[in-house]
Amino acid sequence: MAQSFTGRERSLQQQRVRAAYTFLAPMLIMLAVVAAWPLLRSIGFSFTDATADTIFNGESKWVGFENYLERRVRSNGEVRWRGVLVDPDWWNAVWNTVRFSAVSVALEATLGLLVALVLNAEFKGRGLVRAAILIPWAIPTVVSARMWGWMLNDQFGVINHMMMSVGLIDAPIAWTAQADTAMLAVLIVDVWKTTPFMALLMLAGLQMIPRDMYEAAKIDGIHPIRVFFKVTLPLLKPAILVAVIFRALDALRIFDLIYLLTPQSDATVTMSVLSYRELQQFGDYGEGSAMSTLLFLIITGFVLLYIKLGRVDLTGSKS
Amino acid sequence: MARIELKNVRKSYGAVEVIKGIDLDIRKGEFMVFVGPSGCGKSTLLRLISGLEEITDGDLLFDNERVNNVVPSKRGIAMVFQSYALYPHMKVYDNMAFGMQLSKSNPKEIEARVRKAAEMLQIDHLLDRLPKQLSGGQRQRVAIGRAIVRDPRVFLFDEPLSNLDAALRVDTRLEIARLNHDMEDVTMIYVTHDQVEAMTLADRICVLRDGKVEQVGTPAELYESPNSVFVAGFIGSPKMNFLKGSFAAAFDCTTLGIRPEHISVVDEARGIWRGKVIHGENLGSDYFLFVEIGAEAPLVVRRDGKEGLPVGAEIALAPEIPNLHRFGPDDRPV
Repeated sequence: MAQSFTGRERSLQQQRVRAAYTFLAPMLIMLAVVAAWPLLRSIGFSFTDATADTIFNGESKWVGFENYLERRVRSNGEVRWRGVLVDPDWWNAVWNTVRFSAVSVALEATLGLLVALVLNAEFKGRGLVRAAILIPWAIPTVVSARMWGWMLNDQFGVINHMMMSVGLIDAPIAWTAQADTAMLAVLIVDVWKTTPFMALLMLAGLQMIPRDMYEAAKIDGIHPIRVFFKVTLPLLKPAILVAVIFRALDALRIFDLIYLLTPQSDATVTMSVLSYRELQQFGDYGEGSAMSTLLFLIITGFVLLYIKLGRVDLTGSKS
Repeated sequence: MARIELKNVRKSYGAVEVIKGIDLDIRKGEFMVFVGPSGCGKSTLLRLISGLEEITDGDLLFDNERVNNVVPSKRGIAMVFQSYALYPHMKVYDNMAFGMQLSKSNPKEIEARVRKAAEMLQIDHLLDRLPKQLSGGQRQRVAIGRAIVRDPRVFLFDEPLSNLDAALRVDTRLEIARLNHDMEDVTMIYVTHDQVEAMTLADRICVLRDGKVEQVGTPAELYESPNSVFVAGFIGSPKMNFLKGSFAAAFDCTTLGIRPEHISVVDEARGIWRGKVIHGENLGSDYFLFVEIGAEAPLVVRRDGKEGLPVGAEIALAPEIPNLHRFGPDDRPV
């Protein structure tokens, strides 16, 4: 009797699992087609000498790790290393990407938090301001990059014009073309564009904090700045960590803004831009794929590290 | 230790007036309960006293001093919230000490006060835990402890028991009653929608309805001589029976109120109302009969637990005449 009872229970459980997979199947198939397959292909190409000519006719050969690192001994006995891992251009791109990500995400998180705090206060027309602040985020990057490109232009740009007329600079600066200002230009545009997104994520977090927590602090007479650091910030930490991880993922694989605003500049070229150049312009699918794969590994490593260090609760099981 | 006076206190949100001119005198050391149905303004009134909401019009006096424009932290109050409002990332000790840490008391004194309050509430073994590791009842004690530590003149409770289950509610109610005895100098104001809490805890009850005071009095006063149909129906469980039409006319009133415990089952000759038992509820100590006598609603009659009657029984009933409540067309007592 007891056995038949447990038997029936298990079959109910099995039915539930089967139903779950049935519902998940379209999504899993979709992901396999659009994410897993291209990713595996790309990793596969990174171990071949595929070029634009050989990639589809099957003439490319397996070359192992040659695209990553290869030891060559010349006839005169000299040892030469080649491959992405010893390519100074690649390490320049890695450094650019890391630098860009760290600075842009830090700035966007700080400014986003400030904006969120303002938007969380009650004032007339708050709904309108909340919607309006999203405009930079809603403009396609192509458009905002072109727009800012013109504004930062050395001859016709409004920014040079304004800075000259108030006497901040003597001569126009070619913001996007000069090596020492190109990264700054990219950062300005990215912060302008993405701060609203951060602000909204943090605003959502702020709204989760119960109001009576602040009322209790008010009755205790705790100074607002102390309340911010002792109550708001600790309670907002999960939201900040999630917002930062989203932004960091975007920043680490940034392509469009840099490709459009500062094309061909070594001062800003990132991992994505470099691998695109390798793949599309030079048609070197082997090495380009190796770069893409390394980019993928770097991002994965970063995310795993971040989740571990920040103890980010992505499943929501802790709350 | 404060006397609190409200003089024609009003509160509006835009064009909507939610507190419509309240005059109330809360004595030193008194346990005052605000009770009323949802939306009657009882919580708003408490928030006006706490200073979390601004008073639109009228005066609020603490010990004869007008405090309308005094910030909450300077009023000498402590508040216990319905949701406890504990800081989830702080340990119990820090939750209780947080409010004191800036009042420049020395750390030794802070610790002594936290420990004393914790012992009083029997939560001294929980000081190193986080709120999420506590049960609902323990959390509520921490919230009360946090308020005690502030050593307030006035203690404010905003529906502190409504998030607890029934058994715990009774325990914590007892706890609060004990606290009230231990801190006899402290004025306490307690908001609830539960008339049982009001009856058991209060020195005096203020019944609110639609932003106005309906009646203020001791629990016994409200129970024995309610000054409106509303108060009569709100205080007491099960509710007072109300009879209208010819039933009331026989007693020269518009609405006749009679509590279930003031009706007896009598023999046919002495009966004033006759009817059929349609339902019975046996609570062990009490037995409630629902008797259909031809009025709008069945008459509820309390009998002793062992004196139940079968459904369908035809019985005669008689009220205790001195305990009848007669109300006129304006719903006020005749």
